[in-house]
Amino acid sequence: MRRFSLKSLLQEAASGHQGWERQWRAPEPKKEYDVVIVGGGGHGLATAYYLATVHGVTNVAVLERGWIGGGNTGRNTTIVRSNYLFDESAGLYEHAMKLWEGLSQELNYNVMFSQRGVLMLAHNHHDVISFKRHVYANRLNGIDNEWLSPEECKAYCPPLTISPDIRYPVLGGALQRRGGTARHDAVAWGYARGADARGVDIIQNCEVLGLKRHPDGSVAGVETSRGTIGAKRVGVVAAGHTGVVMGRFGLRMPVESVPLQALVSEPVKPVFPCVVMSNAVHAYISQSDKGELVIGAGTDQYVSYSQQGGIQIINHTLDAICELFPQFGRMRMLRSWGGIVDVTPDRSPILGKTPIPGLFVNCGWGTGGFKATPGSGHVFAHTLATGEPHRINAPFSLDRFRTGRLIDEAAAAAVAH
Amino acid sequence: MLLIDCPYCGKRPEVEFHCGGEAHIARPETPTAVEDADWGSFLYYRTNPKGLHAERWLHGHGCGRWFNALRDTVSDAFVATYEMGKPRPDRDATAASTSSNA
Repeated sequence: MRRFSLKSLLQEAASGHQGWERQWRAPEPKKEYDVVIVGGGGHGLATAYYLATVHGVTNVAVLERGWIGGGNTGRNTTIVRSNYLFDESAGLYEHAMKLWEGLSQELNYNVMFSQRGVLMLAHNHHDVISFKRHVYANRLNGIDNEWLSPEECKAYCPPLTISPDIRYPVLGGALQRRGGTARHDAVAWGYARGADARGVDIIQNCEVLGLKRHPDGSVAGVETSRGTIGAKRVGVVAAGHTGVVMGRFGLRMPVESVPLQALVSEPVKPVFPCVVMSNAVHAYISQSDKGELVIGAGTDQYVSYSQQGGIQIINHTLDAICELFPQFGRMRMLRSWGGIVDVTPDRSPILGKTPIPGLFVNCGWGTGGFKATPGSGHVFAHTLATGEPHRINAPFSLDRFRTGRLIDEAAAAAVAH
Repeated sequence: MLLIDCPYCGKRPEVEFHCGGEAHIARPETPTAVEDADWGSFLYYRTNPKGLHAERWLHGHGCGRWFNALRDTVSDAFVATYEMGKPRPDRDATAASTSSNA
């Protein structure tokens, strides 16, 4: 792998940028791997990267049905934060946050992680109480989160209106200053480049069709559209299609797949300094470095794999955006799209073992998986390398839907996150 | 936005409806007699198919009645709607009934 540096940049500038090499190979699949990862999104690629760097497991393949980073990794609104209520979630997302903070250096790839702050607005008495509880719980877990008055919210985010005359006035907000955004494609590409350089095979256009098992029931490999590939362990990281893949393996999963939409505006000069989320009126907004306003809408109410959602969902979000930020009232939207997210009953992910020995799963990130990408990959790599969950992902077992030990962030946040 | 054919009112826009999730899930008669795994399966495990999905809908801003629907989750197209308590129509029957209803 050729490292990016000022020197390499200047050299290439002098030679017309003709010398850059491919960032990852396009290898033919080998007969057998130690670990096969199903799904080449951010989480799958991060898993492969940490298997190679932390655990020295380099005989690894990442199998991707389409192209890497083409699913929800390339479709989300790139918000990164870690101010979750419960200890288990806080542990997982804060683990990710710490990895985000050094990620560009570690990968030698600019993931454009920008800690511009994530402000969550409170619009009613219940919000205020709930968010203050979050602030206190987060501080006990060593996670920064602070309560702002409406005037302080306005000072932090000047486009915001704090007029008491709007339908749901701003009563305050919880601010995580370390939160922010990152460049989603760069996260997939950076991990892919780093994993490939350490020997991981990234195999695109390779759909997994079935599971091969030993007579004792344990994993022997996977059947794919490019032939049979042997594997000692298999990790499924297939996001919205986890249910489909696991169905081919004969397993049911406690997830339902629903469309989640986002949209961007025409690009404008820098007008929006931070990330603002409003759960109550449902609006998520930030500004990309290209200048587009990046806006996250809600999920549709029904199961779907169509990668498109109802127009009323994005209209509802735009109504909220225009009410909170009147200056955007005449802004034109450039494009909208949908991704398929796999939602668990308790809105927390599933990371760990399955009933089949040698088969592991990392799914159920629902509407908020991007922020966890480095941490998810890191602990899932540990799980795949050792066969046992890491301390951080142990509570996120599939078995919790039998024992009833749920991590009920859905109730805690009162909204998809 | 989906156009949903309420069996009582006819075709109406999706905003009048609420989706009640997968249909035909029977609550175990005696919950205390059920193993944890089976109870968990009843509570949390859904079919989540990529294809035909039987689901419940409530026409809340209309007749206020529940009904079932068969919908393709790839195209989001409704194949059939039918009354609560009726069995899930099979594929051939739905092809015939939708054409006769249309």
